[in-house]
Amino acid sequence: MPKLTINGQAVEVPPGATVLQACESAGVEVPRFCYHERLSIAGNCRMCLVEQEKAPKPIASCAMPAADGMVIHTDSPMARKARKGVMEFLLINHPLDCPICDQGGECDLQDQAMAYGFDRGRYDENKRAVPDKDFGPLVKTSMNRCIHCTRCIRFITEVAGIEELGATFRGEHMEVTTYVEKALSSELSGNIIDLCPVGALTSKPYAFSARPWELRKVESVDVLDAVGAAIRVDVRGGEVLRVLPRLNEAVNEEWLADKSRFACDGLRRQRLDRPYVRRDGKLQPATWPEALAAVAARLDGVQADRIAALAGDLACVESMVALKDLFAAIGSGNIDCRQDGAALDPRTRASYVFNTTIAGIEQADACLLIGTNPRWEAPVLNARLRKRFLAGGFRVALIGQQTDLTYRYDYLGAGPQTLADLASGKLAFGDLLRLAKRPMLILGQGALARPDGAAILALAREVAEKFNMVREDWNGFNVLHTAAARVGGMDAGFVPGHGGRGTAEILQGAQNGTVEFVYLLGADEIDPDLLGKAFVVYQGHHGDEGAHRADVVLPGAAYTEKNATYVNTEGRPQQARLAVFPPGEAREDWKIIRALSEAMGKRLPYDNLAQLRRRMESVNPIFAAPGQVAPVSWGAFGTSGPVQAAPFATLVSNYYMTDPISRASETMAKCTATFIARTGDAKAGAAE
Amino acid sequence: MLRDQDRIFTNLYGIHDWKLAGARKRGDWDGTKELILKGRDWIVTQVKDSGLRGRGGAGFPTGMKWSFMPKTFDGRPSYLVINADESEPGTCKDRDILRWDPHKLVEGALLAGVGMGCHAGYIYIRGEFYNEASHIQQAIDEAYAAGLLGKNACGAGWDFDLYLHRGAGAYICGEETALLESLEGKKGQPRLKPPFPAAVGLYGCPTTVNNVETIAVVPTILRRGAPWFASIGRPKNSGTKLFCISGHVERPCNVEESMSIPLKELIERHAGGVRGGWDNLLGIIPGGSSVPVLPRSICDTVLMDFDALREVRSGLGTAAVIVMDKSTDIVKAISRLSKFYMHESCGQCTPCREGTGWMWRVMERMVKGQADLEEIDVLEEVTRQVEGHTICALGDAAAWPIQGLIRHFRPELEKRIAAYKASRPRQAAE
Repeated sequence: MPKLTINGQAVEVPPGATVLQACESAGVEVPRFCYHERLSIAGNCRMCLVEQEKAPKPIASCAMPAADGMVIHTDSPMARKARKGVMEFLLINHPLDCPICDQGGECDLQDQAMAYGFDRGRYDENKRAVPDKDFGPLVKTSMNRCIHCTRCIRFITEVAGIEELGATFRGEHMEVTTYVEKALSSELSGNIIDLCPVGALTSKPYAFSARPWELRKVESVDVLDAVGAAIRVDVRGGEVLRVLPRLNEAVNEEWLADKSRFACDGLRRQRLDRPYVRRDGKLQPATWPEALAAVAARLDGVQADRIAALAGDLACVESMVALKDLFAAIGSGNIDCRQDGAALDPRTRASYVFNTTIAGIEQADACLLIGTNPRWEAPVLNARLRKRFLAGGFRVALIGQQTDLTYRYDYLGAGPQTLADLASGKLAFGDLLRLAKRPMLILGQGALARPDGAAILALAREVAEKFNMVREDWNGFNVLHTAAARVGGMDAGFVPGHGGRGTAEILQGAQNGTVEFVYLLGADEIDPDLLGKAFVVYQGHHGDEGAHRADVVLPGAAYTEKNATYVNTEGRPQQARLAVFPPGEAREDWKIIRALSEAMGKRLPYDNLAQLRRRMESVNPIFAAPGQVAPVSWGAFGTSGPVQAAPFATLVSNYYMTDPISRASETMAKCTATFIARTGDAKAGAAE
Repeated sequence: MLRDQDRIFTNLYGIHDWKLAGARKRGDWDGTKELILKGRDWIVTQVKDSGLRGRGGAGFPTGMKWSFMPKTFDGRPSYLVINADESEPGTCKDRDILRWDPHKLVEGALLAGVGMGCHAGYIYIRGEFYNEASHIQQAIDEAYAAGLLGKNACGAGWDFDLYLHRGAGAYICGEETALLESLEGKKGQPRLKPPFPAAVGLYGCPTTVNNVETIAVVPTILRRGAPWFASIGRPKNSGTKLFCISGHVERPCNVEESMSIPLKELIERHAGGVRGGWDNLLGIIPGGSSVPVLPRSICDTVLMDFDALREVRSGLGTAAVIVMDKSTDIVKAISRLSKFYMHESCGQCTPCREGTGWMWRVMERMVKGQADLEEIDVLEEVTRQVEGHTICALGDAAAWPIQGLIRHFRPELEKRIAAYKASRPRQAAE
C-alpha cells in the first residue's frame, strides 16, 4: 500500500492506483479531459499535470502509478502554470461558439476554462477548421470543437468493440473520424455523446431543443430492454426531451444502449390520450365512464373461464398485480404475462432470472450462449460480457444464430440438437466447461419461445447441473429476457391459476369461441388474427397493434409517466418515477384497473400507491426491497421431452424497434433505415 | 585529434568493400564467439566501464540501460530494437554506418542481444533509406549464411535472429516508444512512460531501444577493452563520435572524432572552416535541429560533448553540426525548423499539437517583423508552455530552437519588428 503526500496531506492508496486516484482519495480535484475510469489511459490531454517533488517536469497524474513516498503538489506554481498553458492550447483552436453549442452548460471545457483558464486570449492567428463527419442518425458532430481527447475512439474500440473510429492525420491536422465515412454500427454509440467533454459529439435528435438548465431531471429506470439500466429523464414542460444514463455499477455501469437513449421521441407520437369505444365497427372517442361501463357491461354475465388477460412487455408490476387481483375477484385464472409463449417456469424463480447477475459476469470464466443475441437483446449486458472477455481467461460458446457479438466465441451449432449433444458430453466445449471454475450459461428467449421450450429449459438445466454451474457459492444458470415486464410478471404470479389458460390456450380459445373476452394489458406482440371474435380491451399508451384490434381502448401511462415497479432480468425490482403526467386523459395503469373494478362492482382494496405496494409485498416479498437481488434457491423446472430440429432464432429481428415506444420513434425509424434495412439488403444480396 | 588507429568506423566513406569479406578484413566478426562466451555480465560491465552514452541524442549511459533488462525469464521474451529511423534535420551519421559498415551494426546487435538476454532483434529503418535497407538486409543475409546469426550464432551457443523493418517516413517514429507502436503495426504515437520499454516494450515484452551508432561501436569496445574507449574524450563523455558537419563550411562531411573536441577545431580541421573565415560565423546548431543555436561567442571555445554543451544551454543531440554564416536569415532558418516540428508532431497530446502550429505561425510573422515587441515574450512563454509538458520529447525539440533564437538573437527580432513598423508608419500610428 503506497503512502503519498498530496498537498501536505498523507494518503494511502491500494497498489496499482494512479496519482490522480490518490489525489481524489485525498479529496483533491484534478482537472482532466482524456482520463475516464472505464477507458484505457491515454494521458494525452495533459490537463492533469501535477508537480511531483524531485521530478524535473510536471507529471501526468492520470497515468503515473502512485509510488511510496511520492510528494505531490497540485496547486504549486509549476502545476498551475502547466494547467494554464494546456488550457490555453486547448482553447486556441476551439471555436467560441458556446452560445450555439448544445454542450453549453454541461461542458467540461467551459467549466474548466472558468476554473483554470486565462481571462483573455493571446492567440492572434486563424483558428483551425475541420470538416464535420457523418456518424449516422444518432451522433451529431461539430469537429471544430474537438480537443482530441480520444475518449470516443477508446470507447468505441474498447467497450463497444467495433473498430470503426480512429484518428487520421497527425499534428494539428489530426481528425477523429470513421476513416471511410459511415454510420457507427454500435448499439452503444450514444455513449460517446456523454463521454465527449466538449460539444464535438452531441445528440442529433436532441439538437438545439433545450438548454440543460431548463430541464427538470428525474431519476428512473429504463424499460426498453430487460436490463433495467438506470436512467435520468430530462423533462421540460410536459415533454421528455432526452434520456441519459445514470451510474449503477451493478447493472449498466454508466452506459446506456441507443434504443433506451434515443427512443424517447416515441413517447410523443402515436399516443392514446383518451378512451375509445368501438361503435358501428369504428373506434370512437368516449369518456372514461362510458369506456369503463362498456367493459363492465360486456363482462356482465360472462362465465369466468371465458375471459382472459394477457400482459405485454412494458407492463409494470403494479398494474399486473391489480389486474391479477381483479381476475381473481372475477374468478378467472386465465392470465398470462408471457405473450410470446416462452416456456418460463413459475415454479422455481431461479429458472427465469439471470442468477449470475450482470456484475457477476465479471467473475465467470466460461460462458455458453443458447439461442440469444445479447448484442441486440441487451447491449449493455453484452458490453459486460465483452469487458470480461477483454480481461482474459473467458471462453464463450454460442448455440444459435451466428452473429458478431464484438468478442470471439466458439460456434457450436444452430439448434437444440447441439445442446443435447453438449448435455451428453459429445462436444469438446464440455471439457472446457468442466474445467472452468465459474461457468455460466445464458438462455435466450429465442430458445424458450417455441413449442419445445419447456424441453429446452429442462435440457439447459441438465447442462447447468452436469457442468457444475449451480453450487452453493455460484449460480451460472441465466435467462436473458427481452421484455422489462417479464420477470415482474412472473414474480407477481401473472401466470395461469389453477386450471387456467396460458397464452397459447387463450388464443386458441379466442379462435374457437371458448374465450370471448380478452384484456390486453399493453400486449402488442399478439397477432390480431389470433384473437378471433373475442371482445378485446386494450389498455396501453400507444396506438400500436393491440389498440387497432381493440373494442375498448383504455389509455394508460408510459414508463416515464408513472411511479411503477419493474423487475429486470436479474430479478432486481427497480422503480421508475413519474417525470411527466400522462397525456390528455390517459391515467396511471393501476388506477385504470382500480376504476374498472369499481365499475364492475368488484372494488379492489387499495386506494393509493402505498396500499397497492403493500399488497404487492404480500404477493411476493421481493417487491419490498427495490434495487436488491434476492437470493434464490434451485429447484425443479422444465419438462423433459423431445426437442425439435429447428434452429434457435433470436426474437429481436430489429434492435431499433421492439416495442410500442420505439416503433413510434422517428429516430428509431431512421436507425432502422440506416442499419437494419441496409444490412438486410446486404444479406439478401449475399444470399442470391 | 583522433588517431587513425583509434577509429571505429574504418569504412565511413565507402571506399572499401562493405560486404562480409571486406568487413572481416577490417576486423569485424573477429573473435565474436569468444566475446559471446565471456557472458552477459561481462559484456554489460565492459559497456558500463567504457562510459558509452547513447548516441541517439539523449546521451543516457548505455550500460546502465542494458542492465535494466530482466535477468530472469518470466515467460516473456526480451527484445532488442535498433533505431535506424534517422530523420533529424542535419543528421546523417547512421546512414553511413548502415550503407558502408553494416556488419558493425549486425555484429553489435548480436553482442548487445547477448548482453541483454535477447534472442531477437529488430532494426527499424527509415522508409526513405532504400539503399541503406538493401545493404543492411544483405549484411544480415550474409551473416545468416555464414552462421553468424540464427541458431547457435557464431557457434557460441546463443540463438539470435535479426529482422529489418522499414518505416514509412514519419519523424516521430524515431521516438523510441512511437517506434515500438509503429513496429507493432499501429499509428506511430509515443507511449506514456512509465512503464518504460525495459519493463513493457515491444508486444508488451521487455525491450531496449538503441541508436544505430550506439550498437555499432559495441563490438570494437569489447575487442579493444573498455579502458581504451574510456580514455578518449573527457570523463563521462568518453569515446569516439560521428559528427555530421553541414551548412556554410568549405567541405561538409561526416567525420569520426573523439568526444570533447573543441567545436572550432572540429570545423576547421575536418570541414575546411567556415565559409569566408571564422569571423564570418553567425551561429552554430551543434546537435541537430532540436537543440538551441549557439552564437559565435560561445562557438569559439565550447567543447563538443554532452556536458559541455549542456552547460551552455544547448546539447550534443545527434552531433549534427549545422554551421550558419552571416549571410543566413537566422529567424527564417529557425522558423523553418518550427515548420518541420509542426509538420511532424503526432497530434496526440495537447501542448505539442496546438503549440507547434502556434509557434510556427508567430515565427513566420517574426521573419517579416510583422509583430509587436511584446510578442517575443509571448512566443518565449509559449515555448515554455510546450516544453516539459508533453508525452515525448518532440515538444521540447520544437521549443528549444526558438528559445535559443530568443536567447541569443533577440536584437535581430526587435530590429525586424522596428523596421516593419517603420515601413508602415500609418498602421503603426493607428
